[in-house]
Amino acid sequence: MVSWLRSPASETQITHGQRLWLYIFAIVTMILLVLPTLIVIPMSFSDSQYLEFPPETWSLRWYEHYFASEEWMQATRTSFKAAFFTMLVATPIGVLAAYGLHASKVPFIRASFVLLITPMMVPVVLIAIGAFYAYVKLQILYTMLGLVLAHSLLAIPLVVIVTGSALKGFDTNLESAARSLGAPRWKAFLTVTLPQIRFAVVTSALLAFLTSFDEVVIAMFVSGGDNPTLTRNMFNALRDQIDPTIASISTLMIVVTTLMMALAQIFGQQHKP
Amino acid sequence: MAVTDMNAAGLRRDERLERLRLFGLASPALLLVLVILVIPVGWLFYVSFIGADGSFSLENYERMIKRKSYARIFWTTFQVSLLTTGLCVLIGYPLAYFMSQLPRKLANLCMITVLLPFWTSLLVRTYAWLVLLQKNGLVNNWAISLGLWDEPLKLVHNLNGTLIGMVHIMLPFLILPTYGAMTAIDRDYLKAASNLGASPRRAFWTVFLPLSTPGLFAGALMVFILCLGFFVTPAVLGGGKVILVSMKIVSNIELFVNWGAASALGVVLMVLTVTVLWVASRFLNLDRMTGGGH
Repeated sequence: MVSWLRSPASETQITHGQRLWLYIFAIVTMILLVLPTLIVIPMSFSDSQYLEFPPETWSLRWYEHYFASEEWMQATRTSFKAAFFTMLVATPIGVLAAYGLHASKVPFIRASFVLLITPMMVPVVLIAIGAFYAYVKLQILYTMLGLVLAHSLLAIPLVVIVTGSALKGFDTNLESAARSLGAPRWKAFLTVTLPQIRFAVVTSALLAFLTSFDEVVIAMFVSGGDNPTLTRNMFNALRDQIDPTIASISTLMIVVTTLMMALAQIFGQQHKP
Repeated sequence: MAVTDMNAAGLRRDERLERLRLFGLASPALLLVLVILVIPVGWLFYVSFIGADGSFSLENYERMIKRKSYARIFWTTFQVSLLTTGLCVLIGYPLAYFMSQLPRKLANLCMITVLLPFWTSLLVRTYAWLVLLQKNGLVNNWAISLGLWDEPLKLVHNLNGTLIGMVHIMLPFLILPTYGAMTAIDRDYLKAASNLGASPRRAFWTVFLPLSTPGLFAGALMVFILCLGFFVTPAVLGGGKVILVSMKIVSNIELFVNWGAASALGVVLMVLTVTVLWVASRFLNLDRMTGGGH
């Protein structure tokens, strides 16, 4: 231990001992990053009305409450539907846009790219009230279509950025070769380029799904009536009281997110070039 | 001669057409941005110049200047954003540095602790802090049993809670680009610095830190911009005591149905955001923020 403390830790010959404060600081920070979220999981299995840790008696009553509530079930269905459709809309049009901007050399590429990533820069509240107004005019307020379009808008920058950077690392000569051998461009794209960037495309799709699934502010304005999303209902419940049902829903959401990320990881491992 | 000319011209025309056709692939995405974002926000801009009587007026902007409460909201937003960014830099930079010094495998393992919260729903994380920081929450209970403080402290529904939650949520946005810039640094520079007699501390301050600043600045800028328009976490953890611009916009619409006032606030918020981005883009390469643009 002592010899480890005295051994050099980097190229600058600083010793591990001199860096001990950094190690402690980093470990504490990492714990603080992860723990607050994870602690909700055991709390959700508590029998108590008050969220306690560790729970004195365990029970599934908050899960039962969630699954028995038609309101929560309806909201959950809406959220999954919206996320799924957002993935189906945002991924193809985002990938097409990334490919179009990558392959075309018209002078307004840069401006188009900036326009496509503006949804990331504009405060989401502004997008929400703008969409609210537009949907009143278009008569699609509180519809699934409206929600999916607005969520797709938020997801497009992510798809364009992730797919775009994958395209930059792709050797375009491969596509040219396919085309010089007689493949039309669409066929060259589908059979040569797309398989090369599939990991980025899958990642984009998962990002699009999660973007919609987690979104709160736009859902607050354009989902409602018979179609409120899970996050909208959760947000409203949070403003009123600390309902332990939310802990059980949170746990389920953590499970969904972790599963999706694990899927992305496994997919990425299998298809590493 | 004439034939080849015609062919050259024809080829050029074909190529132009091909480029436009390719560009057309981006049109569905551009159309969506135009219809759901550009036109509605343009309309908000227009509405912000319409007074209560329906004619052109600057009253929505005058109100912002005249009423002290509006000035306070902008000041709070600025302060909270700056504080959050500062705390994220102070906490995130050392952590990113720590990870950049580890062997790649171990660093990837540590990276999970940054990515896990990054992926977890914002609402879930906000809820977790609400539970932890409440009067009879875990933090107060533990601190009292450890003797850190005697009475339950008011940690949530005020500025404390807002800052704790916001820093926790924004940290990954700072750490990821900073760590990216750090791993790209050629370690031989540091070797060279110590060979030339620099102490470890001097090598860090004069070689490592300057080389890592592009990533750090990009991360800090991202955090600051996101904080300016942040709604969910401050709305829940601030308990109505910390009112940011975005919350005022929402209450102007939900409670008062005052589109003029809400739009004017939105326009100012957006102008502020764009100004910060524009100023920043003059000093650093913003492509880092978007993972390398076109």
